[in-house]
Amino acid sequence: MNINLTLIGQLIAFVAFVAFCMRYVWPPIAGAMAERQNKIAAGLAAADRAGHDLEVAKQQADEQLAEAKREAAGIIEAANKRAQAVVEEAKDAASAEADRVKAAAAAEIEQERARAQEKLMTQVSALALAGAEKILAAEIDADKHADLLKSLAAES
Amino acid sequence: MAANGDSQTVSEYIVHHLTNLTYGKLPGGYERYDGTIVAEGGQWTMAHGADEITAMGFNAIHVDSMIWSVGLGLLFCWLFRRVAVRATSGVPSGLVNFVEMVVEFVDGTVKDTFHGRNPLIAPLALTIFVWVFLMNLMDLIPVDLIPHSLMLAGVEYQKIVPSTDPNITMGMAIGVFVLMLFYSIKVKGFGFVKELTLNPFNHPLFIPVNLFMEVVGLLAKPFSLGLRLFGNMYAGEMIFILIAALFSVGLFWLLPAALLQIGWAIFHILVITLQAFIFMVLTIVYLSMAHEDH
Repeated sequence: MNINLTLIGQLIAFVAFVAFCMRYVWPPIAGAMAERQNKIAAGLAAADRAGHDLEVAKQQADEQLAEAKREAAGIIEAANKRAQAVVEEAKDAASAEADRVKAAAAAEIEQERARAQEKLMTQVSALALAGAEKILAAEIDADKHADLLKSLAAES
Repeated sequence: MAANGDSQTVSEYIVHHLTNLTYGKLPGGYERYDGTIVAEGGQWTMAHGADEITAMGFNAIHVDSMIWSVGLGLLFCWLFRRVAVRATSGVPSGLVNFVEMVVEFVDGTVKDTFHGRNPLIAPLALTIFVWVFLMNLMDLIPVDLIPHSLMLAGVEYQKIVPSTDPNITMGMAIGVFVLMLFYSIKVKGFGFVKELTLNPFNHPLFIPVNLFMEVVGLLAKPFSLGLRLFGNMYAGEMIFILIAALFSVGLFWLLPAALLQIGWAIFHILVITLQAFIFMVLTIVYLSMAHEDH
């Protein structure tokens, strides 16, 4: 077992190879591996986040759907109410109109009747006067009993 | 080897397998294997035989260990750099997957053991783990395949498992040791001196005793780190060589030797991975201790 210059030679080679490895081999490989690890970790985290986001979005969608349903129900109810109100109003207006027309008609009829009555009275009194005139032609003077006849016409 | 069993004894075969291809400086006046005398002032040459390697002393380099070790280191760098260039945060596939698996495994081990923040530790651990594993993996190549082929091509000696060379394992362990000292001083400053002198007996009188014990403990770390790997791999290689030597003993041994070979190789898959892992974990632990302030 001879110890000789080989020892020094190996020492130099050792230093050279370690230096080479430290400079050109280790950093790229370790760097690539670390980078891949980060990438995978980020990917997993992103997947987790996406799942979470999906859940939140679903919840939101459900909420919005429920809200929309509530709103729609409110709108329908309001519309129903409004329709009822319109119908009521229309009914009221119609019955009021009917009453008014009825009243007007009644008033006209009354007027008509009064006029007809007066006309009739006048004709009756004229007829009665003519009859009485004929009956009492001799006996009664028209000028003399005018007041009496007038009060009779007013009474009837 | 059965092929040249006549001209080579088993012990020669084993020694041949345990000899590195060495280039070094023979001292002046040394008598070489062929009787020539080395000129004054020494001579740089390929060693021929274990005796010449011993004579070269420290002024020698194991060419085979260096080529295989650096070659495998370059293979690691090329392979991982290719993936690093293509790495994206998209879906990985094929080689990228495999490399990322290794990187993640190393990163997990580092994070479990090392609690400070230091960008050096993880790449260091990755380099050590993959590189040592590749060097150990050479042990699974049949012991004669490459050395014998190279011998036919004219290369006399060849040890293809760099981690059975203590120079290789200790070279790495010393690198780790330097880092330990550097971070101990950088993180703890004067506290490192206190740690060496006032532990375990916190009294000024005991400073020499503490210093001795702590320094021994400190120095034991790189030695245990480097020699553990070397010892395990050397023993494993030795058993492969012994099993291979069995083939040349006789026809009767062919089948048992083949079974032993397969069994030991399967077991060795575990050993080489475990040893690479232990080297990495101990490096992380030692550096973690260097960062911890008591």
